[in-house]
Parts: sequence; structure tokens; C-alpha cells
Amino acid sequence: MKLITAIIKPFKLDEVKDALQAAGITGMTVSEASGFGRQMGHTEVYRGTEYEVNLLPKIRLEILVDEPNVESALALIVKAANTGSIGDGKVWTTPVDQVVRVRTGERGAAAI
Amino acid sequence: MEEVVLNTGDTAWMLISTGLVTLMIPGLALFYGGMVRVKSLLNMMMMSFGALALVFVIWIAVGFSLVFGNSVGDRGIIGNATQFLFLEGLDNSTALIGTIPAAVFIAFQGLFAAITVALISGSIADRAKFGAWMIFAGAWATLVYFPVAHWVFAFDDFVAKTGGWIANDLGAIDFAGGTAVHINAGAAGLALALILGKRVGFGRVPMRPHSLPLVMLGAALLWVGWFGFNAGSAVASNGTAGLALLNTIAATTAAVLAWLLVEKIRDGHATSLGAASGVVAGLVAITPACAAVNASGALVIGAIAGMLCALSVGLKFKFGYDDSLDVVAVHLVGGIVGTVLIGFVGEEVGLFYGGGTDQLVSQIIGAAAVLAYSFVATLIIGKTIDLIFGFRITHDEELEGIDIAVHAERAYEIFDNNQGSAFSSSKGGQL
Repeated sequence: MKLITAIIKPFKLDEVKDALQAAGITGMTVSEASGFGRQMGHTEVYRGTEYEVNLLPKIRLEILVDEPNVESALALIVKAANTGSIGDGKVWTTPVDQVVRVRTGERGAAAI
Repeated sequence: MEEVVLNTGDTAWMLISTGLVTLMIPGLALFYGGMVRVKSLLNMMMMSFGALALVFVIWIAVGFSLVFGNSVGDRGIIGNATQFLFLEGLDNSTALIGTIPAAVFIAFQGLFAAITVALISGSIADRAKFGAWMIFAGAWATLVYFPVAHWVFAFDDFVAKTGGWIANDLGAIDFAGGTAVHINAGAAGLALALILGKRVGFGRVPMRPHSLPLVMLGAALLWVGWFGFNAGSAVASNGTAGLALLNTIAATTAAVLAWLLVEKIRDGHATSLGAASGVVAGLVAITPACAAVNASGALVIGAIAGMLCALSVGLKFKFGYDDSLDVVAVHLVGGIVGTVLIGFVGEEVGLFYGGGTDQLVSQIIGAAAVLAYSFVATLIIGKTIDLIFGFRITHDEELEGIDIAVHAERAYEIFDNNQGSAFSSSKGGQL
């Protein structure tokens, strides 16, 4: 099992979600995040004063995936979240030792 | 002397106007509150509500007498403080002032005092002890607003026999408070910003408005309330009130356009904060002039005010004073623009209407006198309070946020997952 973490542009959430659901990957946790990579920030102007805002709003997706589906899930996320411009985000995976479904106590792949 | 009788039309309009001016307090609180960071929102709003509560109580005790009592020694400086002590002889259902109940006139004018004090709070966002602010509010209303309002608003033989020097001797035109309210509050805001010093991180840390919808809602409420402020200053339901109302809209719309144009050219974007600021700049500038100009004059005043106020907001960074929400750029500059421009575009009296320069000179003297008195007196009051009580919260309290430090409250609880125990240290009533 792997945990896929994806940082994407907020307006790309629906496309990513729909693409994963269509492929049968049905669970995810979504949180609002802020940060920056190479894109750095943008400029905002209030009463003539310019502010460099370098923490931009992002969406963080966390998805538990069974081993055989990891590569296809990664590909789907990257394809759906891509706009081709700087600031599209990143996706990475981490190994997961154990998963338990709270309601039933099921473990491992059955709990995903 | 003809017998004075109550006019029901006048009374009805002044009852409504008083309600409208009351609406300006929450309007200002939201206008200012939206502009500060989320950690200071409640304190910003509390400074307006606190000023209203305290100043109106003082108004009933001695304020009304200081403004509208007979001028002490006929010098036009200050009214007789004991003439209407606790509104003696006026707080009944039969006493009249002009053609309306004295009670209505007193309520209407008392709110002017409250809103003027509240305006000052914009220059000291995020960092003033609430208690120190309240002491300042009471002292400033008594020592600065009441005398200046006497100079400007107390006409001879209206409430009392003798009134103030600007209204009667100098003859400067200030219909609803360009000098007494806006130059007065603007100069005080500058002085107080100097006394308190800059916020931690001023000019370095982004201090962005936390909610522009609140700012726009506040500006809109101020606009509506201002109809009572300006058209109500006719103290009658008549053509003067009607003209004041029309000019109030005309100047404000012109100011919005002017402010946005400056932004578009200077910054590349017309912003919502600019539109809301333009609203207030236009309202401020037309305040003294709303019954002295025609609609074209109002458009000129609004456009010039919108432009100059928009250009003035950068001055605080240039000169290094932290007038946090631009009380100087909007109220001092806007007040001066409106007061002085009467000397140019005032019908019959203005330079462009064949009136020569007499009125212009009077307008400049009136504006300068109020500016100088307010600035110096506020420096003294502010410094005194700072020496005795300390005006500022601590560095750490300021960084954590004044709402928690001073009021033990938070403006928004977005996620309801941090409830603690309701009874753990409650000193008040049970839930």
C-alpha cells in the first residue's frame, strides 16, 4: 500500500477527483493548504501599496492506494492537474505499514 | 419675535436623520474592521462602539452645553458648561430648538460628536489599549470636539444667544462638519499615530485587509447614513435638505470614479478597496459644501477629493507615520479639499461664481484653525495618556493579536472543534 500525496492548484480539484473516481479509486482526503515552489508568489495591491504574497493557496490530496494501482493513479493525477504553467504542483508517494477501517476493523487492502 | 411652533415635517425628517447617523457607527466599524487583519477585527469595531457609548453619555452631561450653550465671555471659543447641565430644561416633550423638539436636535448633534471620535480610531489600528482609547475618547471629545463644534456649529440666536467664532465672526461655510468633524478627526488621527508609533512590522510585513466585502458593506452603510448627516444638517425638511442629499450622491460617485482612475493609471488595477475608499473620500469632501454648491460643483469637489485622497495614501510610507487605515489621507485631505473648494465653487460666494476671494480666505482660515488646534491638543492629550497609563499593548500581545490580548475574544470560529470547557473558569452567568 502507498499513500499518494498531491499538491495541486485548487481549481483542478474537480478534474482530478473525477478522473480518479472514473478509474475506480473512490476515497480521498482533501485539505486546503498554502505554500510555494519555484513559482514563488504574486503581487497584490491595496491602496497603492504592493505586497509580495509568496504563500499561495493550494489543495492537498491524500489518497491510499493498493500497490497495483499506484502507477495508474499517479498518471491520472498528473494528467488531470496539468495546465502546463508554473505552479501546477507535485505528487509523491510514501509507503504505508498498515490501514484499518474504523467501522469494521478490516485491515490492509480490504480497508482501502 | 414670531412665535416658534413645531413643524411635523421637519421633526419627521430629523427623527429619520438621527437614525441614519446612528447607522454610521456600525458602518464605520465594518469599514475599518474589514481593513485590518483578522486578529484585530473586534478591537477595531469596539473602538467605534466604545466611542459612541462614552461620548454620548458625556454629551448629555456637559457636551451639549459646551457646544450650544451661550459663548463664555462672548468670545466664541466655548459654550457655558453649566447652562444645560444634564440637558436641564430641554429633556422634555415640549421644548423646541428651531422647529423641532429639542430632544431630537440634541440626539442628532450628539451622534456627530460620537462619530468624529470614532473616525480617529482608524489611525491606531492593532495596537492601542482599549482602556487608554476610552480615556482618550472622553478627553478628546471634551477638550477638542466640543470647543471646535462650538466654533463651527453654534450659530447666534439658534440654541443660545451667542455662538462660535467660525460660524458667526469668520463666516466660514461648513454645513455638516468638514472642519469640525473631518479635519478635526484627521488632524487628531495624525497626532495619535505619531504618539503611538508604528505597528510591529510596519512597511515590511504585509498588512492586508482581511475582508473586502466588509469594507464595501461598511462604506455602503456610511453612504446611506451620510444622507442623515448631510441632509439632516438642514435641521428642516426643505429644499436645502434636498440639495444636500443630491450633492452628497453626486460628489460621492465622482470621487469613486476619480479614485479608481488614479489606481488604474498608477497601479494597473481598479480595486474594490479603492471604490470603497472613494465613497468615503467623496462623502467627506462634500460634507461642508453640500448646501453651498450646485450639482456641477459637487462633481468637481468629489472628483478632486477622490484624486487627491488616492494620491495621499502613500504619504505615510514616505514620511514614516503609521496612520494605519488612512484617516489622514481620507478625512484630513478630504475635509480640506471640501472646505477650501467652497471658496472656488460655492454658489454666489465662490471665486468662480463672482464672489471674489473673501470666502476663500475665510474657508482657509477656518480649516487651518481647526487643523492646528486639533493637532496640538491631540498631541498633548495623547502624550499625557501614554505617560500615565501607557497607550500601547506589549510587543508580544500585538503579534498574537489585540482581540485575544485585550478582549479575550476571537472574531471568527471557522472550525468548531476547539471548544474547551464552558464552565472551566467562568466568572459570569451559567450557560
